[in-house]
Amino acid sequence: MDDVGLSTVLLAMLAGAIRVSTPFLFVALGECLTEKSGRINLGLEGTLVFGAMAAYAVSYETGSPWLGVFVAGLTGVCFGALHGAICKLKGVNDIAIGIALMLFGTGLAFFFGKGYIQPVAPRLEGVQLGSWSTDPSVQKALEVNPLFLIGIALAVVMWWAFRNTRLGLVVRTTGDSAPAALALGINVDLVRFLATAAGGFLAGVGGAFLSLYYPGSWTEGLSSGQGLMAVALVIFARWNPLACFGAALLFGAAGALGPALQSIGISRGYHFFNAAPYLMTLVIMILSISPKRSLRGAPGELSITK
Amino acid sequence: MSALPAAAPSRAIGLETRGMTKVFGSLVALDDVSIDVKPGSFHALLGENGAGKSTLVKCIMGFYQPTRGQVLVNGAEVQIPNPKAARDLGIGMVYQHFTLVPSLTATENLVIARADVPAVIDWRKEKRTLAELIDRLPFKVPMDVPVSGLAAGEKQKLEILKQLYLDQRFLILDEPTSVLTPQEADEILGLLRGMTDAGDLTILMISHKFREVTQFADDVTVLRKGAFVGSAPAKDLTVGAMSRMMIGDMKLRERAARKPYTNQPVVLELAGLFADDDEGLPAVEAVSLKVHAGEIVGIAGVSGNGQSELIECLSGQRPLTDGRLFVKDEPYEPERRKMARFKVFGLQEEPLKNAAVPKMSVAENLAFRSFDQPPISKGRGWLSPGPMRARAKELIAAYRVKTPGPDEPIQNLSGGNVQRAILARELSSDVDVLVVANPCFGLDFASIAEIRGQIMDQRNRGAAVLLVSEDLDEILELADRVAVMSEGKITYVALASETDRNTIGQHMAGHH
Repeated sequence: MDDVGLSTVLLAMLAGAIRVSTPFLFVALGECLTEKSGRINLGLEGTLVFGAMAAYAVSYETGSPWLGVFVAGLTGVCFGALHGAICKLKGVNDIAIGIALMLFGTGLAFFFGKGYIQPVAPRLEGVQLGSWSTDPSVQKALEVNPLFLIGIALAVVMWWAFRNTRLGLVVRTTGDSAPAALALGINVDLVRFLATAAGGFLAGVGGAFLSLYYPGSWTEGLSSGQGLMAVALVIFARWNPLACFGAALLFGAAGALGPALQSIGISRGYHFFNAAPYLMTLVIMILSISPKRSLRGAPGELSITK
Repeated sequence: MSALPAAAPSRAIGLETRGMTKVFGSLVALDDVSIDVKPGSFHALLGENGAGKSTLVKCIMGFYQPTRGQVLVNGAEVQIPNPKAARDLGIGMVYQHFTLVPSLTATENLVIARADVPAVIDWRKEKRTLAELIDRLPFKVPMDVPVSGLAAGEKQKLEILKQLYLDQRFLILDEPTSVLTPQEADEILGLLRGMTDAGDLTILMISHKFREVTQFADDVTVLRKGAFVGSAPAKDLTVGAMSRMMIGDMKLRERAARKPYTNQPVVLELAGLFADDDEGLPAVEAVSLKVHAGEIVGIAGVSGNGQSELIECLSGQRPLTDGRLFVKDEPYEPERRKMARFKVFGLQEEPLKNAAVPKMSVAENLAFRSFDQPPISKGRGWLSPGPMRARAKELIAAYRVKTPGPDEPIQNLSGGNVQRAILARELSSDVDVLVVANPCFGLDFASIAEIRGQIMDQRNRGAAVLLVSEDLDEILELADRVAVMSEGKITYVALASETDRNTIGQHMAGHH
């Protein structure tokens, strides 16, 4: 591979990281919030897909993509609230409910989304950050979606809020020790319900990005498991919102590997390189989990660490 | 000791209960209990497990609503519908199990406990206010590391500090010293005593340690089976009188006599054991011990110094990173086959969690050692439930396990009876090596006497017994030799007859 080829691939991966990472980032931040409160919501994959469908449909019907983003978030709140409400019941396992909601969300999205596969909806506009460069490929790489910037800001705000606000401490307390939270008079179920609903909102917004920006249309294979990978990403990021951002970029870059190599004419093993994010999830899980050690930094109330 | 500036006697709160009664379904947990805790006094509440102490304080704290009865604070009747109401009255409680949030720092834990936490917290200001408070108090705790990294004694101090930070003037302490060394316990209770003497604080302490009660308490109230037995100044009561009040006329098993042995062979040898904890950090380091036939070696130590990891290594629940085990000079690995061959048995701490399958029946749990041998299994993997139940019935009768029947899930039994069932399983055949960990934790006197008697019987029959216990009294009662474990290492070994509580306590704390 010559130098031009290498720089093209790296640039394409950077562009890919920026473009592909946004849904990872939103779902991961949502999941991070939910898990910090002591629950795991595996249903975010379903929320993501349904959010994508809802955003596309609303954008098509009203002509306003941002209204689509908002409605996608609201559908996410509904799914999160459903998860939170069911998990309040006695003897219910949050992981099982999450899987059920994942299937429910994707199924429902396919059911309502049949009619929106063909029509073209107005998409979100990107922001040009690369106008300083004359290189068109740099310009293209630095065309970012406002949601990406919002995501970064959100990661910083969440990181700050977990330390410096009452709400942040309450969420961390609830997620780390329910008995301690109860002794402080915190309504554990309510905190978890709200955290799951808020996490759902973020996942729904992540879905809107998929259908309204990149890849930018509504198809049934749109998410291909990104919602689930984001859950792994939260573990990898050790429940730290800032690390979630870094990990999302990494996953995004891995996802862009296949197309990037193809762009310089390496098409052999295209499908193999496309599997890079999945492979990376597996490798990360193996590296970060050991039978001898418990997960450092994990909220103490999570059903996987208890 | 006048630690606080406004040390007027009026700051401490007096509390009275009148005719407190709490009925759960058909069970009378608390029957017409009236106690009087005077302002500025250190009041001990004594009683066995299940005597109603917890129910009483939970009624005072507003966790339960009493069926009948009143609470009076400074002579005026008050309503306490929930824990928040108790907090507003200045009544705080330090629980036996810590209520600190492990991943938060001490400072964060204190601030979040406040009723009026601001939406955005100005840490610089909070730290300044806290530092001012701590300067005036005798408790020193590292404030900026996550609580999970604090030692048990520091956590206990922080729990008390939290109550003082919240300006609670009536503290209920639930067995506050169960995880502390005798010296740490004396230090903390001494400081609290100083504050009650100064009139800053009133304390109601649940305890079953007579030593602490006689040393620190002004008054003692004893409960038994949910009822009030008596109340008196601590200086008027002897330990014998208190224990009679607690136990009543119940017959306890006599202490077994210690059969003298000389020149017994080594049966169990731990040779340079190393093991890691769940975080992958060293938990057991270079532990070497020899246990002779007919000998009880007691390992004392504050919980969390590697004892649980050591026990897990010995019972095959945790891999050794280095070192070997020998039984009768032969290499021993804790596998099912070798356990049977070398007759190694064990009583684990928290037996329902560590030594039983909670949802399986008593009979099945009793058969764990023998289900793959005749008569229960005649080969080819088939089990015969008949002989299993017959054997279970024998054991249930012999060890007086209270259960509705052999088919009852073992989780439905009381703590004492689960421990008896496990005892029956582990001790009913020939025992050469017995590994025991905190066998009496949370049990009533009758069960404790029974279990300690059984352990002594095994020793007298010639078994080598390794006893790990956080209860120093238990070690001093049972052990022939005492070893102290501190930070994963054995730091002290002595014949029980040649050492004392004080020396052991100093080694437990790591000062020597």
